[in-house]
Amino acid sequence: MNQDVLLQRGFYTIVALAGLGAMGAGLSSWGPAGLAFALFAFLTLAGALVCIWERSVVRSAFALMATFTGVAGFFALLGADFLAMAQILIYVGGILALILFGVMLTPPDMGERKLTRIGWATAIIGGGFAFVAVRVGGKVGSWAASPDELPAMETKARDIGIAFLHPEQYVVAFELAAYLLTVALVAAVYIARRRTGDFQLQEGQMEERA
Amino acid sequence: MTPPLALTALPQEQVATTPNPGGNALLDLVNKIGPPEWIPDWIVALHAVGAGVGILIGIVSLIAMYSVWMERKVSGHMQCRLGPMYAGGWHGWAQTIADGVKLLMKEDMIPTGADRVLFIIAPGIVLASIFGALVAFPISYDFYFARMDLGIFMILALGSTTTIGVIMAGWASNSKWSLYGAMREAAQVIAYEIPLGLALMAPLITLGTFSLLDASALQSDWFGMKWAIFTNPANLPAFVIFWIAALAETKRAPFDLPEAESELVAGFLTEYSGIRWSFFFMEEYAAMFLMSVIAAMFWFGGFESPATWALRSAGVEGGIFFGAVCFVTLVIKAFAGVFLMMWLRWTLPRVRIDQVMTMGYKYLTPLALLCVLIAAVSEAVKSLLF
Repeated sequence: MNQDVLLQRGFYTIVALAGLGAMGAGLSSWGPAGLAFALFAFLTLAGALVCIWERSVVRSAFALMATFTGVAGFFALLGADFLAMAQILIYVGGILALILFGVMLTPPDMGERKLTRIGWATAIIGGGFAFVAVRVGGKVGSWAASPDELPAMETKARDIGIAFLHPEQYVVAFELAAYLLTVALVAAVYIARRRTGDFQLQEGQMEERA
Repeated sequence: MTPPLALTALPQEQVATTPNPGGNALLDLVNKIGPPEWIPDWIVALHAVGAGVGILIGIVSLIAMYSVWMERKVSGHMQCRLGPMYAGGWHGWAQTIADGVKLLMKEDMIPTGADRVLFIIAPGIVLASIFGALVAFPISYDFYFARMDLGIFMILALGSTTTIGVIMAGWASNSKWSLYGAMREAAQVIAYEIPLGLALMAPLITLGTFSLLDASALQSDWFGMKWAIFTNPANLPAFVIFWIAALAETKRAPFDLPEAESELVAGFLTEYSGIRWSFFFMEEYAAMFLMSVIAAMFWFGGFESPATWALRSAGVEGGIFFGAVCFVTLVIKAFAGVFLMMWLRWTLPRVRIDQVMTMGYKYLTPLALLCVLIAAVSEAVKSLLF
């Protein structure tokens, strides 16, 4: 067994143990809400870690599924059921399937994916900033909620629909997004369409080769 | 800030909402019995959820098992043979049980060169997502696993994640047939999710709700026959589009290209055997049932039929008998849908992959958009006239 495989197994063991520990800690301090929070946090973070750690591109893409599901779980935990379902429908069912469609034909092992020094430095500095921002924001901001005061799952779809179509709220943004998506669709069809000269070009190349 | 008139005129007040939105009927039942004081609330809640999951898995397994038996009988009779006749005595009713035992005892094989981890978890993801979607499936007005406002949205969202499991199975098998099957599945599902969702918009506009229970309750007039398919001219073509897209989503013939046994051996199923293979089968039949339940709920009245109407006008509402009639009504409608799927499977030949793509993108999607438009316009006209 080579060193890489051992390193990888060690890494996965540490991640799994950390997840179990977090779930235990969550359960003992906040009950089921804490357990659910720890589970979703573990799914999100472990998925992201595996995504950047895995050497096979397809496995990285599959690890994203855990991340997207974990984020959907957070939305559900915060009472935003519509957002949770939209997250799963769009990211897991749509975007991830598209990504997989794109990368599925790559070889199973792409070889080593090494970060350059600049990449490491950027990652460390960026991660540090994000950590500090979350810590400071959690102390200062108003979004430092504890699991005791989690909101209940309520009917929100109707409110969202009315807010989108209300002339005094988001109707302009909604319509603009709709136009943007239509333009993107038309543009995609334009790029992918078969041009009249394509076949002749192909035949010409065939003759050249012969 | 009050919403404009056109929005308040939506059928908000006529929705016969059942009590306790967002609840779980089992938890209510447990709380009614009253567990001892010394047990913490969250342990009671976890057990209620666990019991709900157990009941759900039991019901779905039974439905999947008898759908398999039904498929074999239906296909047999359509080909002028009898199908299974021996196991269990009466028309081979125990054939699927025998098959299940056989599958459990088969050797669990993982091919050399396969991605072991993904190969093992792929059937789990497929099965877990379809069970997750079935949480929104109500047994009756009073008995449900989770009553949520977004039932249909949740079914569509979780049902779409089965694709990921199929792609995972195809890629992890390390076989070209499996990989081709997975590619076809990805392409097909991405293409048909759009007409599926859009066609569903027509009855959603007619009924004005995402919730399965509310949708059923809204169709209870006209002696239990005020079904959405009769109340809006766009709903019938929308149902046809939905049904074609549902066949493609559940990988049923004539859209069984991901497994296409005459071209790809068995597509993404090629390398699977034993109980893992049967997980994929269970998913297929559960998904068929789920699609038929959606069709029954949003086009064909859900729990409502002349039987439920008669019971209701006789004053029997609520209680176990009424619930049983509701459930039987829904299951009969759903199995009519499952039968229609089987009928189509044994009637139509498989389409080519380019025909699948052409149909999805060039015909079904614009037609579904047209249906949405017609449904919205006729609802507006109806609200002006009546």
